Amino acid sequence: MSEARETLAPGEAVQRLKFYQKGTFTVGNRLVGEDERSVQASQDRSNALTCGHRACQGCGEALGARYAIDAAMRATGKDMIAVNATGCLEVFTTPYPETSWQLPWVHSLFGNAAAVATGVAAAMRVKNKRTRVVAQGGDGGTTDIGFQCLSGMFERNDDVLYICYDNEGYMNTGVQRSSATPPAARTATTPAVGDEPGNVFGTGKSVPKIAVAHNIPYVATATVADLHDLERKVTKAMSVHGARYIQINVPCPLGWGAASHDTIHLARLAVECGLYPIFEAEHGRITHVRKIRKQVPVTDYLKRQRRFAHLFKGDRPDPRVARLQAMCDANIADYGLVAGADEEV
Amino acid sequence: MLKQIEGSKAMAEAIALCRPEVICAYPITPQTHIVEGLGELVKDGHLTDCEYINVESEFAALSVAIGASAAGARAYTATASQGLLYMAEAVYNASGLGLPIVMTLGNRAIGAPINIWNDHSDAMSMRDAGWIQLFAETNQEAVDLHIQAFKLAEELSMPVMVCVDGFILTHAMERIDVPEQPQVDAWLPPYDPVQVLDPAEPISIGAMVGPEAFTEVRFLQHYKQTQALRLITDYARDFEKAFGRESGGLLRAYRVDDADVLVVAMGSVCGTIKDVIDEMRDEGIAIGLVTIVSYRPFPTDELRKMLAGAQDVVVVEKSIAVGVGGPLANNVDMALRNLPDAPRLHSAVAGLGGRPITKPSLHRLFRQASVQPWEGTHFLDLNERIVGREIHTTRKKRRSGPTAENLLRRLATEGDAR
Repeated sequence: MSEARETLAPGEAVQRLKFYQKGTFTVGNRLVGEDERSVQASQDRSNALTCGHRACQGCGEALGARYAIDAAMRATGKDMIAVNATGCLEVFTTPYPETSWQLPWVHSLFGNAAAVATGVAAAMRVKNKRTRVVAQGGDGGTTDIGFQCLSGMFERNDDVLYICYDNEGYMNTGVQRSSATPPAARTATTPAVGDEPGNVFGTGKSVPKIAVAHNIPYVATATVADLHDLERKVTKAMSVHGARYIQINVPCPLGWGAASHDTIHLARLAVECGLYPIFEAEHGRITHVRKIRKQVPVTDYLKRQRRFAHLFKGDRPDPRVARLQAMCDANIADYGLVAGADEEV
Repeated sequence: MLKQIEGSKAMAEAIALCRPEVICAYPITPQTHIVEGLGELVKDGHLTDCEYINVESEFAALSVAIGASAAGARAYTATASQGLLYMAEAVYNASGLGLPIVMTLGNRAIGAPINIWNDHSDAMSMRDAGWIQLFAETNQEAVDLHIQAFKLAEELSMPVMVCVDGFILTHAMERIDVPEQPQVDAWLPPYDPVQVLDPAEPISIGAMVGPEAFTEVRFLQHYKQTQALRLITDYARDFEKAFGRESGGLLRAYRVDDADVLVVAMGSVCGTIKDVIDEMRDEGIAIGLVTIVSYRPFPTDELRKMLAGAQDVVVVEKSIAVGVGGPLANNVDMALRNLPDAPRLHSAVAGLGGRPITKPSLHRLFRQASVQPWEGTHFLDLNERIVGREIHTTRKKRRSGPTAENLLRRLATEGDAR
């Protein structure tokens, strides 16, 4: 009773991108050599997350998702399935009857994206298909409620790339604290009131480090401020099999209280001050660290965001700014983020 | 082939005969032997083309099955009790997405107090989750229901839960006819999904649905379950033709002709009830049994027809909806509603947390129903003495302590002198 279906090669159903250039190099990269151009600069990019979605202006996650999934689709010849955790990305991309996804995509629950992806990968393996699987979610769906499924997927070394778009809070539900929210940041559940306004120090966790501790084939952090680095990491992740994890820092203008045109700038400052170390690890060992090009004080990063505004209100400097700077300094020392520091990594 | 075999082992063999492509395993008593058996069949090469995944929780077990099913694979998992509650969110998700996963539920009580023994509280907790729920009376039926479950699930694109009484069935060694592979292959076609994640034909599954269509999505789920009422009957008939024995269906009647008293029950306790009915029939009492196999969808019309002529209906069930009474009795009540000269309904809760349901107790219960009917819910073999003392203590003393531990202490020091 199965009627004949028109069969297409993977990705053939995806629309070809049209660049509407107006006499400028609006898409960038046109002056560099073909092989150095980003996936985003290519007219053949799959535009996995296409226009019409409902993300806020300046959304770092929408940008990060398109960068990452386009790179993954190029690496897999568009033979790929995406699994999405509940969250902003899920909600703003599928306001049915519209969907922004140009690849097969499934959303099940908030905390099970890694496990659902394991199931999809198992189905592909048992059916002898080469189709690859990417799971994606925000930091809440990854570092908190989805953490157990994530760790299970890691330790079984299931053939899944999990991408966490880290905007440091539960933005979809109205900016609440997650275990990825930085100390001192104001959220709806760590309000800027009382003796120690904002999120408390000494809490939170580094899921990239925890991923490394699972000895999985590949772990990386990335940022929307460095497209080439991000695309290279996704491409590398798709070149190997087994459990892989990439966490991308994606500023949230709404949740961070920042200007929507500041998204890339903030992402860059997060890296350049040392608060968000960008590194790669393979099989439990750190193999590469992205050096800070021009080190900046953490205040440059903090002052552009209203979630940290309470730190700069009083007459005297808030001692917690120094504690945040100390965190940056520790990262710089630990990961060797500044050239000339310990180069062992 | 006839085998002297443990129920769980036989179920594992039957499930393997259905050629599942992805099996998710997580241990929980009393279901564990089923996934252990399947693990062995995969590892020793009996069951090929199957991914056997040791997951880290029941939530993950069903989530992996959801992913596998959405990607076009025949997916299976099993759980019990706390495990079902731990995967509750995914239970609703699987049915909401319309994924034909088959899951065995080794029926067990839910804590607290923690209890590993059999009752139906776990199945009842998910009775409105949109799954088909079939209850096996014997291990032979448990084997057969799994084969029917895959066909039913995949035809309707709806998940099916096969409920088997923990220990009483799962751990019982008995003679079971385990079908042959060619028989099952001939009866169960390969899985042809109605929706699938395929790069050649990209679709989005799991979008947000607002007030504009949510009612319709739910209506269609309900509609599909009403269709299942017909299919369950049809498949049971087809199964009988192909395998030569009666298994499944919506409900079964036992000595119901001219019965004044009709008992309604589900699962393995029906065996004991049949023995009691035989004895009472010998004494000249017109009594019969209606065994409900399909609890969801609930066979309201079929049950109404069957109960219509009786004077008294006694529902014996292994669960309690605290604050209301027996959930099965409530559903039976629904079937009797609007019936002219409806029989009187008597609700009894029995066998909670593994308490044996004995023939003498059932004899008393069934006699009492017609001669001395009770109001509300009757707790069969309730130890009224220790319950009374506990109520008395809690009235007298503010910090009376934990209830369960108090009862156990009383039993230990004062004995079970009912």
